[in-house]
Parts: sequence; structure tokens; C-alpha cells
Amino acid sequence: MTDKAFSIGEDELQAFIDDRLEGDRRAAVEAHLAAHPELAERIAAERRQRAILRSRLEAKFAEPVPARLRIANLRAARRSFRARSWTSAAAAVALFVAGATAGWFANTIAPAPLAPTPTASVAQGAHAAYRTFVVEVAHPVEVGVQQEAHLLQWLSKRLGRKLAAPDLSPFGYRLMGGRLLPGGNGAAAQLMYDDASGRRLTIYVRATEGKETAFRFQKEGEAATFAWIDQGFGFAVTATATRDELLPIAEAVYRGFEGKS
Amino acid sequence: MADAEALLEPLIPALRRYAYALVRDHDAADDLVQDTLERALSRWTLRRSDCDLRAWLFTIQRNLHVSALRQDRRRGPHVELDEWTTPKAVATQESGSEVQDILAALDQLPEEQKSLLLLVGVEDLSYDDAAKVMGVPIGTVMSRLSRGRQRLRALLETGRATLLRRVK
Repeated sequence: MTDKAFSIGEDELQAFIDDRLEGDRRAAVEAHLAAHPELAERIAAERRQRAILRSRLEAKFAEPVPARLRIANLRAARRSFRARSWTSAAAAVALFVAGATAGWFANTIAPAPLAPTPTASVAQGAHAAYRTFVVEVAHPVEVGVQQEAHLLQWLSKRLGRKLAAPDLSPFGYRLMGGRLLPGGNGAAAQLMYDDASGRRLTIYVRATEGKETAFRFQKEGEAATFAWIDQGFGFAVTATATRDELLPIAEAVYRGFEGKS
Repeated sequence: MADAEALLEPLIPALRRYAYALVRDHDAADDLVQDTLERALSRWTLRRSDCDLRAWLFTIQRNLHVSALRQDRRRGPHVELDEWTTPKAVATQESGSEVQDILAALDQLPEEQKSLLLLVGVEDLSYDDAAKVMGVPIGTVMSRLSRGRQRLRALLETGRATLLRRVK
């Protein structure tokens, strides 16, 4: 067999190093290497180094798995975390039901329309955006934190409101970047943060009619949202967190934006 | 969720090995594995049934590692091997044989080459699965693998050459 029977490319050489060639292809590479001693030497060295790397890491593979990495233990920790989240979610639902019932009885002649309040609609928009982009690995943000000034200037211009990125480092979250989204009748901005373990948090802002100023808490699935309206803009902070974890962050964001329109 | 334990546990040794080779610290490696497993459990129902479980776990782990690297501001800018004039880490190991140096040499590679050498060469991921983990086309996997192996070889040979000169 001659070299001309098959063309030997880098792909073939790599597959040969990894012992993933069979039959004719393997024979062709061997023949090619026999005819090119310099290349043969390189490939032999790379095969040897691959074997050395494997054996160097063998002991790590053979180690017993520490208790903290046992799935049963990790799940037990998750269950207690979830139980806590459920308690606060249930409390929020109870409060909401109590409020809604009171509203209903106070207003028996003309029941309030069931259209979502502006705050609820901001919370829904924020939640949808969170769910869409937080799982995004390749492009979680449109503009990264490296271009923070440009990002904020751009989003501010499109929103029609000066937007600053609140510093959430006291809570362990760092700005990753942001993106522009459709929201309500205009544009919405989403800023994304993450913490050391890769947990993500978003701040969502869009122009909104309405005068409701109270914080609204909403939990859907694992994502919790605090939303509020301030001076013609709706704001929402969303994260996979409990109400108690998220509230101080929402308050810090609120203080960060207050009076900066 | 019931099958999570049975499916995940056998894969933990491989995750620990990949993590250790990436961060070179036993505790930090187990932190990375723990984060990976927690994330996998929290998204267990979202994982795609057509995606290999090992490849999915390696993807999560590598993404967590890469974002931690990005966040680690203490690190200076990445130095490409081509800009190297002195192979410090390799040459300073006095008793360094090729075997002891290989992880230090691997550390000098860009993360995407290092990860590929580990995922393909050590963890035996198929080229297709490696492409999925890295989020790049298979052609890129092959060329990075080739570049990574050649750089590793060059590093080890330079290191050895330095050592031999010193012995002389």
C-alpha cells in the first residue's frame, strides 16, 4: 500500500494517537509513518505522553469518593433547602390569598378586573426573560461586563432612562453583562449577575404605567422574583433563591435605582 | 429523580479526575465536582435524553470551571505558549521526570486545549461528545487536539533539555 491510497491528515493522526483507527485506516497511517520517520517520532512521543498523562491521573480516579460528594448527601441538602423555600413560598401565597379575599369583599359591587396589575406583568416579563437566558451557556449576555460603560449607555438610550448596574458584590454576585429585550410597549433591559457557584440573578427594567410602589413577590418553579414600580419604570430582581435571600438584594437594587431617573 | 443516584455515582471518579487536572488542588477540585453535581441534580429533569450523561456532566463542570477562571481577577492575562521564552514551571522542578512534569506542562496550555487533552485522552470521550462539551465543531476539536498535543510535547522536551543541560 502506498501513501497515495489514502491521504493522511491530522485527524487521522489524532485518531491514531487515541487508538481509534481500525483496519485499513490504521494500516494506512502505520504505512505513512513508516515512510516518514520524523513524523513517526513525533506521533510516538505524543502517544507516550498520552499514556503518561493517563497513568499520572489514575490514582485520583481510584480514590474513594468523599462523603460530601455522595448523591444521597447532596440530595438531602437540597431537600432541606427546598423545604425552606416552600415554607416562604407558601407564606407568600397565603398573604396573597388573604389580600385578594379582602379585596373581593371590600369591592363586592364592582369586583376588580382580573387583568394583571402592572407590577405582576413586570414580574412575569422578568421571569420569562430569566428562564430564557439564565440557562444559556454560550451567550448568556449580549454585551459582556468588559464593555460595561458601553452596555449601560446603550441600554439607557433604548430604555429612555439612565441605567446603572447596582453593585451586588456584598451578596456575592458579580455583573456578567446585559441584553436588550422586547417588553411591554417598548424595550426592556436585563442585567445578569452570577455568583461563585455559577448561580445567576437578573435585574429587569422596562417602562411601565402605574403607581403601585409596593414590592411584589412571586415564585414560579425555582425562580423567585421581587418586582416594583418606581417613577414610570417597572423593576424586577429574579434569582433561584428563597424570599428571605432575595429580599435584601431587591432592597439594595431598589435603593440603587431610587431617584436616579 | 430516583435513578439519579444510580446513574451519577459511577461517574463521580471521572469528574474528580478531570476537576483535579484542571485546578490541581484536591479541595478545590472537590468543590468544583460538588457544584457540578448540585447543578446536575437541580436540572435533572431538564437534561436531554439524547445527550450522553457523561458528556452532559463534563459540559456542566467545564462551564463552571471556565466561568470561575473568568471571575478570578487575581489571574493575569493568559500567556500564549508562543510568547514563552523560559519554561519556568517545567524547568524549576529539580527532580522532575517526564511523569512528574506532565500536569505542570499541561497547565501551560490554553484551557480549551488542556480540557480536550483530558476529555479525549484521559476520559475517552468520543470526538463528537468532546465537540458537544466544548460547544465547537468537530473540526475545531481535531485541530485543537493536534495543537495541544504538539505544544505539550514541545514543553516536555524543552523541560527535559533544560534538565539535561543542568545535569551536565
